[in-house]
Amino acid sequence: MSARAIKQNLGGYLFIGPFVIGFLAFTFIPIITSLYLSFTSYNMFSTPSWIGLENYKKMFTADPRYWQSLKVTLIYVLAGVPLRLGFALLVAMILNTTSRAVGLYRSLFYLPSLIGGSVAVAIMWRNIFGDEGIVNILLGLLGIPDVRWFGDPTAALWMLIFLSVWQFGSSMLIFLAGLKSIPMSYYEAASVDGANYWQKFTKITLPMLSPVILFNTIMQTIAAFMTFVPAFIISKGTGGPLDGTLLYSLYLFIQGFEFFNMGYASAMAWIMLIIVGILTAIIFFTSKYWVHYESEGGK
Amino acid sequence: MKTNANLKTITNPQRISVPRIKSAKWWVYHLLVGGFALLMLYPVIWLLMSSFKPSEMIFVTAKSLIPDPWILDNFSKGWEGIGGNSFGVFIKNTVVLVIFTMIGQVISSAFIAFGFARMNFFGKGFWFAIMMVTLMLPYEVVMIPQYIIFSKLGWLDSIKPIVIPAYFGHPFFIFLLVQFIRTIPRELDEAATIDGCNTFKIFYKIILPLIRPALATAAIFSFYWTWDNLLGPVLYLNSPDKYTVSMALNMFLSNETVSNWGAMFAMSIVTLIPVFVVFFLFQRHVVEGISTSGLKG
Repeated sequence: MSARAIKQNLGGYLFIGPFVIGFLAFTFIPIITSLYLSFTSYNMFSTPSWIGLENYKKMFTADPRYWQSLKVTLIYVLAGVPLRLGFALLVAMILNTTSRAVGLYRSLFYLPSLIGGSVAVAIMWRNIFGDEGIVNILLGLLGIPDVRWFGDPTAALWMLIFLSVWQFGSSMLIFLAGLKSIPMSYYEAASVDGANYWQKFTKITLPMLSPVILFNTIMQTIAAFMTFVPAFIISKGTGGPLDGTLLYSLYLFIQGFEFFNMGYASAMAWIMLIIVGILTAIIFFTSKYWVHYESEGGK
Repeated sequence: MKTNANLKTITNPQRISVPRIKSAKWWVYHLLVGGFALLMLYPVIWLLMSSFKPSEMIFVTAKSLIPDPWILDNFSKGWEGIGGNSFGVFIKNTVVLVIFTMIGQVISSAFIAFGFARMNFFGKGFWFAIMMVTLMLPYEVVMIPQYIIFSKLGWLDSIKPIVIPAYFGHPFFIFLLVQFIRTIPRELDEAATIDGCNTFKIFYKIILPLIRPALATAAIFSFYWTWDNLLGPVLYLNSPDKYTVSMALNMFLSNETVSNWGAMFAMSIVTLIPVFVVFFLFQRHVVEGISTSGLKG
């Protein structure tokens, strides 16, 4: 290696050094530790004792609450993410005009997403869905009997899903940016050929937007899997009623920091990592059938 | 985007020349979209209005938005705080946490991003890939070992476990800044080298001033995420006098009785005010930062 190359390398590592050190200290070592802990029984106060696959076995064969948390999370992800993305795309298309007010509207629609992770919003959501809350009053006006949002596990989970759909703003902004990059001339050419609105949507908008849809789907799926604050606040940390809002992250937190089953919680974290990895891989590998890149072989 | 607009006016001149037909459509469009925006914001408006209602009236009058009578009691009652600590203490704690975290994340991310965008070194592709994977890694996987490490270091019940990692870069911000630096022509660096600048000088004399808009976006999001953070403080802070606003609200909720709804709503509004203020001041950076980088939120 020439002196120049050595200098280049040193310089490069000087700049990315903080990342490398931070990654090793706060990500890599913890991941390895987590894998080790997942094969132990550990409560923070004694030394970890090796129990092999016991945690994993217990998780899948002897812990109904684990299955419940998995089920609730899958419903939350599989219902919430498509609803949220669909909604985001619809609003983005409505806002994709030249009107000057669009700037104001996109800010207004983005606002709920901005404040969405805060405790204040979870508290607000809890109260608008309360027995005497505004949602039930509105349902009453429509002639629908009161829903006991905190009494029925399914209703409580849907309350969480509605909250995530309400925060469609960041996906909408990304869709809007994607829509703006589709040349108007495509639509005009299609109009000349007599295409109707639906044909333009399926033949131009969706294919042109598919890379953005892929990106949004992956990011939102991962984010949905990690959802913690709303479930924690709305159920007051219990995951109730009847574990109806026991999202995976919440149950992991309860196992780790309420019961101090650090080994068990680590095993849960590893299964979560595997599930998120598989979901991401599925989205990636199926994407070649539905994602269209403008320059073939490009990207 | 500019070419798009031009194309539109060229190929679609009638859009401008027939304002009368558009105006009926215009009204329908704005009524619908504006109405929908109001509907989306209704819960927040309801929360705001309820904070001015007497606690026992909040649910009785849930239907009507306007408080009758308007009262400010909730704010003074809420401000008294919880467990002998006024809400001012929680706000101060949060502000300290936010400032230290924000400074750390922005400065270190800019520094690291420069390395990725401008330096050539062995293993660059590998480390960049590692960073992108870190970006998608669920926090839950590192949460427990990190907690154990920080407790062994004796950092529990302090803001160190939240603040110190911030000084090693944040993957989202590094990615955002790398993308931004790549748009700056390399000729600038070369010219500076000829003028006798070393790499470090290029970083802070040329690149840093040019990436100010992206730094602002990173700073704003760092502010939001730290301000709203609940999990970090819940894990690491135990003494009530160190609590953040998120934790304080959570405590309000667990003490909830009919009598302090109003106070809880009022303090919820107080914690949202800085978020709204920053949003309205820096809307452009926020909205554009999301559209171009795909930040979560």
